[in-house]
Amino acid sequence: MIEVRRLVKNFGLKPVLRGLDFRAEPGEFVALLGPNGAGKTTMLRILATLSRPTMGEVRVAGYVLPGQASAVRRLLGVVSHQPLLYGDLTAEENLRFYARMYGLSDGARRAVEALQSVGLGPRRRDLVRQFSRGMQQRLAIGRALLHDPQVMLLDEPYTGLDQDASSMLDDVLRRVAVAGRTVVMTSHDLPRAADLATRIDVLSRGVIAASVPQTEITPAGLIDLYRQVTRD
Amino acid sequence: MQPMPRALKVLTWVSAGLFAVALLMTLFYAPREAVMGDVQRVFYFHVASGWVGALAFLVAAGAGVIYLLHGSRRWDAVGLASVEIGLAFTLANLISGSVWARPIWNTWWTWDPRLVTASVMELVYIAYLLLRQGLEDPDRRARFGAVYAIVGFLSVPLTFLSIRIFRTIHPVVVGNNDPTAQGAFDMTPPMLQTFLFSLFVFTVVYIALLWHRVRMQALAEAVEQRKMKLLSA
Amino acid sequence: MTSGGVLPLTTGERARGYLRAVGAVVWKDLAAELRSRELLSAMLVFALLVILIFNFALELDIATRQTVTSGVLWVTFAFAGTLGLNRSMAVERDRGCLDGLLLAPVDRSALYFGKSIGNLAFMLIVEAIVLPAYSILYNVNLFRLGLVVVVMLGSIGYAAVGTLLASMAVQARTRDVLLPILLFPVILPVLISAVKATNAVLLGLEAAELWPWLNLLIAYDVIFTAVAFMLFDFVVEE
Repeated sequence: MIEVRRLVKNFGLKPVLRGLDFRAEPGEFVALLGPNGAGKTTMLRILATLSRPTMGEVRVAGYVLPGQASAVRRLLGVVSHQPLLYGDLTAEENLRFYARMYGLSDGARRAVEALQSVGLGPRRRDLVRQFSRGMQQRLAIGRALLHDPQVMLLDEPYTGLDQDASSMLDDVLRRVAVAGRTVVMTSHDLPRAADLATRIDVLSRGVIAASVPQTEITPAGLIDLYRQVTRD
Repeated sequence: MQPMPRALKVLTWVSAGLFAVALLMTLFYAPREAVMGDVQRVFYFHVASGWVGALAFLVAAGAGVIYLLHGSRRWDAVGLASVEIGLAFTLANLISGSVWARPIWNTWWTWDPRLVTASVMELVYIAYLLLRQGLEDPDRRARFGAVYAIVGFLSVPLTFLSIRIFRTIHPVVVGNNDPTAQGAFDMTPPMLQTFLFSLFVFTVVYIALLWHRVRMQALAEAVEQRKMKLLSA
Repeated sequence: MTSGGVLPLTTGERARGYLRAVGAVVWKDLAAELRSRELLSAMLVFALLVILIFNFALELDIATRQTVTSGVLWVTFAFAGTLGLNRSMAVERDRGCLDGLLLAPVDRSALYFGKSIGNLAFMLIVEAIVLPAYSILYNVNLFRLGLVVVVMLGSIGYAAVGTLLASMAVQARTRDVLLPILLFPVILPVLISAVKATNAVLLGLEAAELWPWLNLLIAYDVIFTAVAFMLFDFVVEE
């Protein structure tokens, strides 16, 4: 589903991704870990077609990026650490707006369904400005799922969420993964990642330094591996 | 660090030499103009500066187009260098124009099309540099600079056109002549030679400066790269 | 849930999708603004204050007023316009919403048109309030059809270039000061023609005085819109 070969990304003269290789099969849930500045967000943005690679090959669902980026967008659902929501519109209006942008004919129905699936049904007529961070994040996921994407890209979705909100997010993500989608999620939260993912990759110094299936490692083992691979 | 290429060294000496010759020509070879006197000699370098200002603008816009199409940092350096040089020469153009106008028409400034257009061009140049300065990401700086150079380059001639039309429909009654109007004085052959030679020399100087500046940019980037390598090692 | 549709689109579908996206962006801006009214009130108050200042700065007696009105109005619109442009683009930037727009499977130019039409709408709303206000305050008759046409044409050109430049300015540190610096030198052709045309309408000059400026305005609108729409891609794509 996702194939990345020798991906290089420079910002001006500064290299961030240095010849990174990465694969994700359909239905896999990959947790992408790594220290700050390792390039996780950069990599996700490239996969999300928001940024262009400096060099290397990137393929999503068989389409080549950046050339065929417009074809890929329909298949992607992206949750970034900014909510991507308009504060002066209601939750429902936000979703209906995005439904229209995605060319969905039954936008109204989908919006309501999405709101319910993330537990925000009763708040649909409220302004997003008034939502807590946890609610905004849930709404953001609802937005990402509106058009039923095959690939979900999540950039540190748990940032700033309290315990309740995090558990809700866990539920949502478990349901998302079960539906056969490919998911790539960056995170700082090792135990949670170990719990949700089918595979765990560690991005360090611009390349994937370690990749291990979830079944083959314990949470403690993961912490050791992470430290080992990201040590200076 | 690569040493200065031979061609550039030669070009630098040649342009310095040519400039000296042009200076001598404007001061001594060109005849004293009958009506205006010696101050008219400003004309040669004044127009030549204006010419380089416009040329630099064209080059900046062209480099912008090429950069947007190919993404090569070299072309961004050319655009930036051209703007910086154009800024300086346009300023020279404006100041020399003022210096010339004052004794002749008793004013430092008139609102004639060419003068206003030159000032607008200068403001666009400055805006370009301020835009770049306000951005952190070097790729964005290059892209936005290219876009603005193109927009500016398209807009400035339109400004000139608008002001020209302005004047034909509403002729300005305030009695100053257009100081850059052709035929304000007739050019004798030595004057024409000096004039054309000045244009040529200034173009050569422009190319030399452009080359130097682009090279400086490349050197600065090389330094940046080494610094980053050292810091990350 | 049924699939979001990976089937290739026909041309007709694509055109409808494009227009739908443009409409969606415009609707979003207008709806959000109607709720908060921050942008419009800021623009409006600013515009009225500027006119007030002009009253004291220029000593507008009846005779001078006729000749100066055109310039005063356009200076006001130009300055108020930058406020609107800045806010409109800042909304997209501040919560990362621009990414949300870029993620949608629509052509970038649809985003450009959506935003510039929205910006144009804001300008027109402010102008629709300022013109009557000026009329009343200064006893000048501004209720002429010709004026409406000129104001519309001038605003179109302004919004077309302004949207492009605001998209750049809003990403810089010096965002608020930068937009006027970038915009004003470049928008002069439109401003000059708009002022002259407005003047021609207000002084009741013959058509021969007015038409050249109207033609220029239309030409500028076309040129600037075409250029801005082509360059917009380069501004938003990383």
